[in-house]
Amino acid sequence: MKITVDEDKCCGAGQCVLLAPEVFDQRDDDGIVVLLDAAPAAGHHAAVRESAAVCPAAAIVLSEDA
Amino acid sequence: MTQVGSVLVVGASAAGLATAEALRRKGYQGALTVIGGEFHPPYDRPPLSKQVLAGEWVPERAQLRTADQLAALDAEIVLQDPARSLDTAARTVRTASGRAVRADAVVIATGLRSRAFPGQQSLEGVHTLRSLDDALALRSALQSADRTVVIGDGVLGAEIAATARGMGVDVTLVGMLTAPMVGLLGSRMAARLAQLHTDRGVHMEFGVAVEFLQEERGRVTAVGLADGRVLPARTVVVAIGSVPATDWLTDSGLTVADGVVCDAFCQAADGVYAVGDVARWHHRGLGKFVRWENRTNANEQAAAVAANILGENRPYTPVPYMWTDQFDAKIQAHGLLGEDADVQVVEGSEEDGRFVALYRRDGHMTGVLGWNMPKQARLHRAAVVDHYTAQAALHA
Ligand SMILES: Cc1cc2nc3c(=O)[nH]c(=O)nc-3n(C[C@H](O)[C@H](O)[C@H](O)COP(=O)(O)OP(=O)(O)OC[C@H]3O[C@@H](n4cnc5c(N)ncnc54)[C@H](O)[C@@H]3O)c2cc1C
Ligand code: SF4
Repeated sequence: MKITVDEDKCCGAGQCVLLAPEVFDQRDDDGIVVLLDAAPAAGHHAAVRESAAVCPAAAIVLSEDA
Repeated sequence: MTQVGSVLVVGASAAGLATAEALRRKGYQGALTVIGGEFHPPYDRPPLSKQVLAGEWVPERAQLRTADQLAALDAEIVLQDPARSLDTAARTVRTASGRAVRADAVVIATGLRSRAFPGQQSLEGVHTLRSLDDALALRSALQSADRTVVIGDGVLGAEIAATARGMGVDVTLVGMLTAPMVGLLGSRMAARLAQLHTDRGVHMEFGVAVEFLQEERGRVTAVGLADGRVLPARTVVVAIGSVPATDWLTDSGLTVADGVVCDAFCQAADGVYAVGDVARWHHRGLGKFVRWENRTNANEQAAAVAANILGENRPYTPVPYMWTDQFDAKIQAHGLLGEDADVQVVEGSEEDGRFVALYRRDGHMTGVLGWNMPKQARLHRAAVVDHYTAQAALHA
C-alpha cells in the first residue's frame, strides 16, 4: 500500500490521526496532515483505509498495488 | 434480515458514494447501484463556498473520485435520473426516466436543497448555493458585481460573505439573529466572528429581518429590511437554510419529519436506510433524534449504514465535527458548542487569534472549539467523547 496526501485539500480535521496515529500526524501551526509513513506495514492497512474513507476532505489517496 | 444480495443507493454525492465504498471495503460482493439526480459525477460541497467560489480551484478539483476510482467500485452508477418514488414494502425505486430498481437494501442519501426566499425563483440576480452549478453561477455574478447582499445567519452565509469580500466585492451580511453562526458558536465566539468580518470590511446588519426583495423588470435591485431600510444590490445571495430532499418519498409510507426518521441503526423501515444530511436518526448517546448537516457525518454515517446492512447491528453514536474557513480563520468544532454553554479558553489566546475553547453545559463538557488551532483542538476532543457515547453504552 502506498499513501499520498493532498495538503491543499486537507482541512485539518485530524480524523486520520485519531484512527491511525502511527501513520498520520498534523502540523502544530495549521493542523495540516503530516504523513509519517507513506508505505505502512500490513498491520496498519485497515486503519489507513478507514482514515481515507472518513477524511472529510478526500485528501488521502491510497494505491493498494504498490 | 436474510443475506443481502443487492443494494441500491439513491443520491450520488458524499454520503451515497461513501456508503457504496464502505460496503465494498467491508467485503460486500453483491449487486450495487447508485442513482444520482445530477449531471456531474460525485463532487464535494465544502469547496464550493471556498476554493471554487474564489476561483482558486478549477471545478474538477472538487470531484470526489477519478473515473478509475469510480470504475473500481464495480457499481452501476446512474447519473441525471432522479428517483421519483419508493415502494417501501417492495423496496423498489422508480426514476424520472421510468427505470425501476428493486434491491434487498435501499439507502436514501438525497441530501438537502436550498430554502428559497418567497418569490425569489422568478427573479434574476438572486442566488442560492448548494450545487456546483450554483457555485459557478454565483462566481460569475460576483466577478462582475461591485456589491452584494448575503442573507443568512448560518455558516454558509458567513462563508460566502467572506469569499465574496476576498474577491473585492462590497458585501453586506444580513441576519435575523444577534450575530453570524450564533446558534453554533454561542454568543461570545459569534461576536468574535462578527468582528473578524467587520475588520475585513464586510458590513454587518444583524438582528433585523429581510422583508422583501425589490425588483425592476424581473431583476432584483435591492433588499428591503424590516426596519424600513433598503439595501441596493443587483446580486443577492439567499442562504437561509436548507430542507431535506424528501419530496420523492411522499407516498413511500416512511416517516418524514424534517428528514427521513430512522432508528438508532439508521434504518427507516425494514431494509431501508438513510444517511447524510437527509437522515434524522436516534442518537443513543444523546438520547434524542438528530439530523446533522456536516461533511464528516456523511462519511461516518455511511460506514455505520454499510455495517448495518451487512448485519453488524451497530448503533450510530458519533461525536459531531465540523469546520469552516473564513478569511484567515480556520474554525473547528468537535461536539456541540451551543448558545447557552459556558465558554473557557484553555489554550492560546483570543488576542492572538489562535486558541482552543471548551464548552460546558449543565456540568457536561459538550464541545471543543479550535480557532486557528486544529491540532490542539483535536487533542482536547477526548474531553467531550463521553458526553456522546456514555449513555449509549448504558443502553447497549
Ligand atoms: C456550499 C457548501 C459548503 C459546505 N461547507 C462545509 C464545511 O465547511 N464543513 C462541513 O462540515 N460541511 C460543509 N458543508 C456540508 C456538507 O457538504 C454536507 O454535509 C454534505 O454534502 C452532505 O452530503 P450528502 O451526500 O448527505 O448530501 P448532498 O451532498 O446534498 O448530496 C445529495 C445528492 O442527492 C441528489 N439527489 C437529491 N434528490 C435526489 C433524487 N430524488 N434522486 C437522486 N438523487 C437525488 C442531489 O442532487 C445530491 O447530489 C457544506 C455544504 C455546502 C452546500
Ligand atoms: S482526516 Fe483528512 S482533512 Fe483531516 S487531517 Fe487527515 S487528511 Fe487532513
